[in-house]
Amino acid sequence: MSDVIATNQTILVVGGGISGVTAAIEAAECGKQVILVEKNPSLGGRVSQLYKYFPKLCFPSCGMEINLRRAKANRNLTVLTMTEVSAVNGESGNYSVTLKTSPRYVNENCTACGECEKAVEAEFASEYDYGMKKRKGAYLPFNMAYPQRYVIDPNMIGTDDAQKAKDACKYDAIDLDMQESETTLTVGAVIWATGWQPYDADKIQPYGHDRYDNVVTSVEFERMLDPFGPTGGKIVRPSDGKEAKDVAFIQCAGSRDRNHLKHCSRICCMATLKQTTYLREKYEDDFKASVYYIDIRAIDRIDDFYQNVQADENVTFIKSKVASITEDKDTGNPILHGVNTEGYHRYSNPHDLVVLAVGMEPSVAKSDFPIDVVVNDNGFIEADEKNGGIFAAGCSSDALDVNRAVQSATASALRAIQVINRVAGTEG
Amino acid sequence: MSDEIKVGAYICKGCGLGDRLDCGQLATIAEREGKANLVREHDFLCNAEGVAMIQNDIDNEGVNKVMIAACSRRSKNDAFNFDNVAISRGNLREGVIWTRPDTDEARETTQEMAADYVRMGCQEIKYMALPHANEEAASNNNLLIAGGGIAGMTAAIEAAAAGYPVTIVEKSGQLGGGAAFEYKRIPESAPYAELEDNGVAGMVAKIEGDSKITVHLNSTITKTSGAPGRFSADISTESGSTSTGNFGAIIMASGARNYDANQLPELGYGKTPDVVDQTGLEKLAVEANGGPIKRPSDGKVVENVVFVQCAGQRSTQEGHLPYCSGHCCLTSIKQAMYFKDQNPEVDTNIIYTDLRTPGAGGEDFYRSGQQKGITFTKGTVSEVTAGSNGPEVKFNDLILDQEVNESADLVVLATGQIPNSGVDVDAPEPEEGAPEVSVDSILNLTYRQGKDLPHLKYGFNDSHFICFPYETRRTGIYSAGPVRRPMDMAQAKEDATGAALKAIQALENAKLGRAAHPRSGDLSFPNFRKEGCTQCKRCTVECPFGAIDEDEERYPQFNEARCRRCGTCMGACPVRVISFDNYSVETVGQQLKNVDMPDEFDEKPRILVLACENDAYPALDMAAQNGNHYSPYARVIPVRCLGSVNTIWVTDALNSGYDGIVLMGCQKGENYQCHFVKGSEIAHTRMSKIDDTLESLSLEKERVATYEVAITDIERAPQLINDMAETVEKVGMSPFKF
Repeated sequence: MSDVIATNQTILVVGGGISGVTAAIEAAECGKQVILVEKNPSLGGRVSQLYKYFPKLCFPSCGMEINLRRAKANRNLTVLTMTEVSAVNGESGNYSVTLKTSPRYVNENCTACGECEKAVEAEFASEYDYGMKKRKGAYLPFNMAYPQRYVIDPNMIGTDDAQKAKDACKYDAIDLDMQESETTLTVGAVIWATGWQPYDADKIQPYGHDRYDNVVTSVEFERMLDPFGPTGGKIVRPSDGKEAKDVAFIQCAGSRDRNHLKHCSRICCMATLKQTTYLREKYEDDFKASVYYIDIRAIDRIDDFYQNVQADENVTFIKSKVASITEDKDTGNPILHGVNTEGYHRYSNPHDLVVLAVGMEPSVAKSDFPIDVVVNDNGFIEADEKNGGIFAAGCSSDALDVNRAVQSATASALRAIQVINRVAGTEG
Repeated sequence: MSDEIKVGAYICKGCGLGDRLDCGQLATIAEREGKANLVREHDFLCNAEGVAMIQNDIDNEGVNKVMIAACSRRSKNDAFNFDNVAISRGNLREGVIWTRPDTDEARETTQEMAADYVRMGCQEIKYMALPHANEEAASNNNLLIAGGGIAGMTAAIEAAAAGYPVTIVEKSGQLGGGAAFEYKRIPESAPYAELEDNGVAGMVAKIEGDSKITVHLNSTITKTSGAPGRFSADISTESGSTSTGNFGAIIMASGARNYDANQLPELGYGKTPDVVDQTGLEKLAVEANGGPIKRPSDGKVVENVVFVQCAGQRSTQEGHLPYCSGHCCLTSIKQAMYFKDQNPEVDTNIIYTDLRTPGAGGEDFYRSGQQKGITFTKGTVSEVTAGSNGPEVKFNDLILDQEVNESADLVVLATGQIPNSGVDVDAPEPEEGAPEVSVDSILNLTYRQGKDLPHLKYGFNDSHFICFPYETRRTGIYSAGPVRRPMDMAQAKEDATGAALKAIQALENAKLGRAAHPRSGDLSFPNFRKEGCTQCKRCTVECPFGAIDEDEERYPQFNEARCRRCGTCMGACPVRVISFDNYSVETVGQQLKNVDMPDEFDEKPRILVLACENDAYPALDMAAQNGNHYSPYARVIPVRCLGSVNTIWVTDALNSGYDGIVLMGCQKGENYQCHFVKGSEIAHTRMSKIDDTLESLSLEKERVATYEVAITDIERAPQLINDMAETVEKVGMSPFKF
């Protein structure tokens, strides 16, 4: 990292998900110097873990391919993975930022040939698959991972397995002595795009995500659809691997709830509507989807997506905040209990599988920001003049869908450029 | 630099290439058949030493064209990144050894595959040139903004703050758009509980005080011509005077207008003045100015107000809007607060089906409304009548499951937004005798393909892409605000700021002659050989971006800065007079013609695969990465877009003995995934006509297949190749092997 050059006309983008990648590329394509840091081994963030986007039902990797091509072709952009920001000091137009890079144990010689992966035996829960699958201790995080470079799990260090990986590499790409490194750079503006994480469903105790195998989260359900994912692209029950054809979706799982996240996470309604189409894709007419909801927020032009799903006879909408879930011990079926508020009917409905449409929680807790910014009660960064030259992009600023996150990121690029141009004007 | 061409061919032996392939033979082929001037093998080409070797040849041996036979062009770009030389890549790793089993049996055909990719790489580089600077590149820092509402004002303020001069053209006599007539606005900062000043005056003052911003009121854009970096616009005043300005890029922020509530007589609009739309309520609130709001009929102070959500919206009924206007739930809460903040005793009832207040601010504001005592009723309103004491609202209370009649002093209909998106350039020609619908154009573009930005759906000119919301089909022109999709003020500001960035980027690209998204940075542009042109107009019609006009002599006029470099024009041209420096009929045609073609009795067919570089090609790469094998008889050539495929390639391939041809493009149709919009669709149409060619050659139709392939088709893409191999086995070898 020592060869990274930055000045007070450089923009630092923190977070390499769709928002950070967008902000970085858009600014770089305006001719600005940009450093993009990502704490994980690869760019892509949450969207890389999605099967399809609503409302077009197209694939996130398609847009990511274009973004990566833009990134690779742009020499104004420096990408630093496995890197986090530990401190930001200074003021708009002149920040001193401290970056901490964790060891990957694999250097730029790596050709992604995969020999190290074949050589090692140890397996760990795959972060990419939310722990639903194992990966090797030497691994490429996912098919489109960029940089296209392997990673050695830090838990491997000191084991014979790690040595096996090193011995298998013909290119001297594995360096088991790699150490954490720290560097301090000067930048003019910072775009904060650390995004979101799924709300911890285990905390919603009445729903039993921690107790019942057949209660999964929406992000876990999404992984099931990946042909290379934990179920090989099949919608099945974790308990017994049987096809799940009667699926319940619980909206606002952790959102719009004072006990959990008080905000509306915006995306979950459309995500569920999208996921009902997965059932049709896999089972044609042989499925049943039940959506338990408070309000269906299929906002603006894409309300027609909702109208189309409503027209699907296999999809039922029940206006209800589900009170609790129990499990039928014989069948493993989760049973949903609650009241349908339209007409006030009590129900106890068994389903094959329950999908909790979990909310978006900001990735960085309010207390953990290494930067001095105005954060609201919901944990999102407010647009505030006090933030100086630090600008939030995407889900660091609010619960946003991809489209809006990209708009936000593009806007943040201009705000950062305003600072840079001011600095350049003063100094030029 | 001398004009002498010197090709350096580099064969990598790393990643198992050296073990699996006879690299010495490949080097010989590069030298003898590929006519490379300098050929080198390297054990590990992408490491520092390998890269330095190539750089040394460029610096000291005069190599100006580099052919790298190693991994896929998608890999190791950071290493194989040399200035001022043309580069081609032969894909020996993902394209050959990873798609083939490592067996003795497979060795021969695998080597043949690799040999062909070396031949192809050498041919490609031979016909490829380093793109030269575009003489049309133009520099202009000025932005033109159509519309002086919230979106237009925001774009102006933000662009000016980055140092770019801006001109706003506003049709009405004042800035502010609809927002100027709003009493208060929905809060835009935490704790999102109390109403805020509408903010328009502050923005107007900022604009008036900014020397970088020029405002034309009572004016419209009557003519726009040119391209990014050199737009020319006529700005005409109501009184008829016109001035002309030059601009680098344009933002269309022409906003939305209200749905005409007169179309909702069943909801009482027009039957009693005490039924108003949301704009009508704003007017009453402005008049009241903090005092009690009075109803229009008799001036009685309103004690009971009902808000009807989704009035004429989210409905498939004739004359209604099919979409949700996004802001109306929040707006009704805001308007209910006008009453509650003045007098908490006023009854405010919002009747809704789905209350849509997303995000953190939205939900906080909703909660604030609840705390202020606003009633929210889930129900559907069937009728509003003019009662003797005030409007009567008849609705089905969905929670109580019963019909309810509620009397009110005032009823507010939450009607929707209709975009001011100008002329629908894709609309079919009206039938003769049909009543003429006149729509005012916003931009009055002189483009061959119409006056305004193409609409997407319901009249909005949103981009089609989720990951690239600012993509439009007219380079350098970006839409912002509710003209793109229904939205509230806060969103319009964010949207406009992003649009301003894109407009700035477009004019910066134009200065350097660089392509805009998605081939950002590409310096190539269409070269046109006028002598051969037959003025058939296919290129001007098919260009997905309306980049090509026609000159006075009816020849195509390429506006380079409007071009996205997809090559659809090149694919369309029947006489092949259009090419790019680094991508042409020859760079692909010579590749496919120069593979080794075994004779008919060798039983080694050849299958040509033309794959979209953004989706199908990466899918094949990832298939290889995952160990999916496919037929050794396939020869894959990436194309910029299936739209760039000229049928001559198919004809040439058939004539030179290929047994099967597979074309892989992106999904077409309503949910098209082609980033060049129409490329895949056009290619499918072109290929549907290839049957004639096949017939004239007495070849079976099955020999050419066109597919829609997604980047996730990691298993399907190789399967499609194998299917063609099977087809060839069935129908037999091509008789055209010479």
